[in-house]
Amino acid sequence: MSEAAAAKQPINPVEPFLRADRMPHIWCPGCGIGTTVNCFARALVESKLPLDKVVVVSGIGCTGRVAGYMRLDSFHTTHGRAIPFATGLKLADPNLTVVVYSGDGDLIAIGGNHFIHAARRNVDLKVICVNNFIYGMTGGQVGPTTPVGALATTSPYGCFERPFNLPYLAESSGAVYVARWTAFHVRHVARSMVEVFNKKGFCFIEIIAPCPTLYQRRNRLGDGLDTMRYYKQKSVIKNGASTKDLELSLQGEIIVGKFVDVERPTLKQTMDLQLQQALGSRYAGWGGR
Amino acid sequence: MKVEAKAVLTGTHFLDGDQACCEGALAAGANFAAGYPITPSTEIVERFASRIPTVGGLFLQMEDELASSIAILGAAWAGAKAFTVTSGPGFSLMMEHIGYAAMTETPCVFVDVQRGGPSTGLPTLPGQGDMMQARWGSHGDYEIIALCPNSPQECFDLMIDAFNLSEQYRTPVMFMMDECVGHMTEKVVIPAADDIKIFPRRYTSLPPGEYQPFRPGPDAIPEMVKAGEGYRIHVTGLTHDEQGYPAMDWRSQGKLVKRLVEKLRRNAGNIVRYEERNAEDAEVIVVAYGITSRVALRALQMAREEGIKAGLHRPIVVWPFPEQRIRELAERVKAFVVVEMNYGQMVYEVERCAAERARALLVPHGGGTVHEPEEILEAIREAAR
Repeated sequence: MSEAAAAKQPINPVEPFLRADRMPHIWCPGCGIGTTVNCFARALVESKLPLDKVVVVSGIGCTGRVAGYMRLDSFHTTHGRAIPFATGLKLADPNLTVVVYSGDGDLIAIGGNHFIHAARRNVDLKVICVNNFIYGMTGGQVGPTTPVGALATTSPYGCFERPFNLPYLAESSGAVYVARWTAFHVRHVARSMVEVFNKKGFCFIEIIAPCPTLYQRRNRLGDGLDTMRYYKQKSVIKNGASTKDLELSLQGEIIVGKFVDVERPTLKQTMDLQLQQALGSRYAGWGGR
Repeated sequence: MKVEAKAVLTGTHFLDGDQACCEGALAAGANFAAGYPITPSTEIVERFASRIPTVGGLFLQMEDELASSIAILGAAWAGAKAFTVTSGPGFSLMMEHIGYAAMTETPCVFVDVQRGGPSTGLPTLPGQGDMMQARWGSHGDYEIIALCPNSPQECFDLMIDAFNLSEQYRTPVMFMMDECVGHMTEKVVIPAADDIKIFPRRYTSLPPGEYQPFRPGPDAIPEMVKAGEGYRIHVTGLTHDEQGYPAMDWRSQGKLVKRLVEKLRRNAGNIVRYEERNAEDAEVIVVAYGITSRVALRALQMAREEGIKAGLHRPIVVWPFPEQRIRELAERVKAFVVVEMNYGQMVYEVERCAAERARALLVPHGGGTVHEPEEILEAIREAAR
C-alpha cells in the first residue's frame, strides 16, 4: 500500500509515518511528546512534502527519541548537538527538509549556544522544541526552562533561577518564524508545522507538554489529564504578541500563538550572494543554488 | 592569495605544513570543512575557506569545536567528504564526536596540530602530548586510525591517505600534526590529479527494503547511503542492531563493539605504516614520530660517527601501533630509545611490545621547542652500553 493510500485509512492515518516495528515507545502514560509526534505526522500528510527528502535530527532525552520512531531518514545525535549536525546536513544537501526535534534541556541548556547561532545565521531548519520544564530522561532535574518555585530533584526546595522565555530568545537571535503552543492545541501545532515546512529559514515552534511522571507529580499538579485542563483553562491565544511578554510561571497563564513570521535570506542564500559578488563566475556553488 | 579553481594544484610548491594539509584534503576530494579558530591550526581552514568556493564545496566557521566536530558528521551523511581542524583545547572539546563518528561509522578526518599543553599551554609552540588522547580520548571502547606526518610533503600525501582510510574502514581518522610541522615551509610536490588514488565511499547497491545500514559486509564493514535517497535509515549513537535501531542489551553491545574493534584490529597489518633508517644492523632503535623524528636523525648520525649502531623506527601510522614490527626488533636490539615531545606516551606502547626483551629508554620533552640532538645521543649511548 502506498503511503498516500495508507494515510487515507481512517483507523490510524499516522501509522505509515511511524516505525511500527519499534513500538511500544519509551514515553510514559500522559506524556505530551507522543501528541506532538501525532501532530507532526498529520502535518507531513497535509504538507505533501516528498518524504524521502525529510530528515529528522534529534539530540538526547525523551524528545530526542522522536527521530527513532519516525519512518524517515533520522539521526539521533549527541546531547545538545542536533542543531550543528543538522546544519552540516542541510548545507551539504540543500534539497533536504531538515527538522530538528528535541527537548528544552537538549536544545536550550547544553545546546543553547548552537541554538542562538543557527538562528542568527538563519540556517534553514525547522526546530521543534517540546518543553516539559524538566529533564525527563535522567529523572526530573531542574533546567533552564523550569519555572521559579517548581520542585525538581536538583532543586528540592524549589527552583530559584529565572527561566528562559524561549520565543523571545528565538526571535532576538534571529528566527524568522516563532510560535508557541501546548500539547492541548493539537490543530494549532499541526498548522504551525505545516507553515514551517513551507517556509525557508530558522523556524522555531515551542510546544509546552506535560511530564506527568516527573514534573506534574513532584509538583502535585495532577496527571496528564489535569494538565490538559490547565492548558485549556490558562492558555490564551495572542497571535502577534510581543515575545518579550511571554514569560512563564508555575501554573500561571500561558500565552500561545504565532508571534513571528518574517522573511530574511537564509544562510545558504547570503553565502551564495556574497561569494557570487566576490568571485563572479568563478564561484563553483554547491548543492544547487 | 591567488584563487585557483582546481582541487589538485599539480606542480612543485613551497608550502608550510598547514597549507599542504589543506591541499591534501582538497586533492582527496574534501568538499566540506567546519572549524573554529585556534592556533596553530587556523591556516588550514583559512586556506580552505579561500580555495573551496571556486573548487566546489563549502567551509563553515562554527560557534565552537563541539559544533564543528558534529557539523562535519551531518555533512558526511549528506554525502560530503568532510573534515575539521583544531589544536589541543579544541581537540579536547571534539572527543565526544570522535566517539559518535566511531559508533555511527561515519567517514571523516580530524586534524590536530599539536601544541604544548595541558590546558591553554603554549598556543604558538609545539607539543606531542595528544597522542594517547587521539587513541583513547572519547569514552567507551573503540579502535582508531591516526597518522603522523613529519614534513609538509607528508602533510599533503598523508592527508589523502587519511581520507582514503576513513572511507575504506568507515571510521574517523586522526591527523596528528605538531606546530613545527604545521609551520615549517618546504618543497611540496603535488602529483597529477589522475595519479591520486581515491577510495570511494562504500555506497550500497541494494534497494531500500533489502538494505540494512549496519549489516557488516565480509570485511566487517557495512555499506553506506546518504540521507534523502529513500532508504529511511536510522542512525544513533546508542548501541544498535544491524538495522540501526537501539538495542539495549549486553549481547547487542558485545556484537557491535566487538565488530567496531575487530574491523580495524583485523586489518591492522594493512593499515600500519612506518619508515626505518639504518635498522638492519642496529643495536639501538630510536622510535620517534612527527618533528621529533627529524631531530632524532641528527642524533643518529652523531651516534654512527661514534661507532654506535643506531637506527630509526618512525611510525607514520601511529594508531594502530606497529606492534608486530616492534616485537621483531625487540628480539635483536639491545634497547629502544623513545623520543617524544611529552613525558611518556608512545613509550608505553614500545614497552608493551618489547615485553622486557629489550629496554625502552624515554627521552621526554615538555614541548615549546624541539629536543637537542645531544639529549637523544646521550640516551643512545646509554642504550648501547
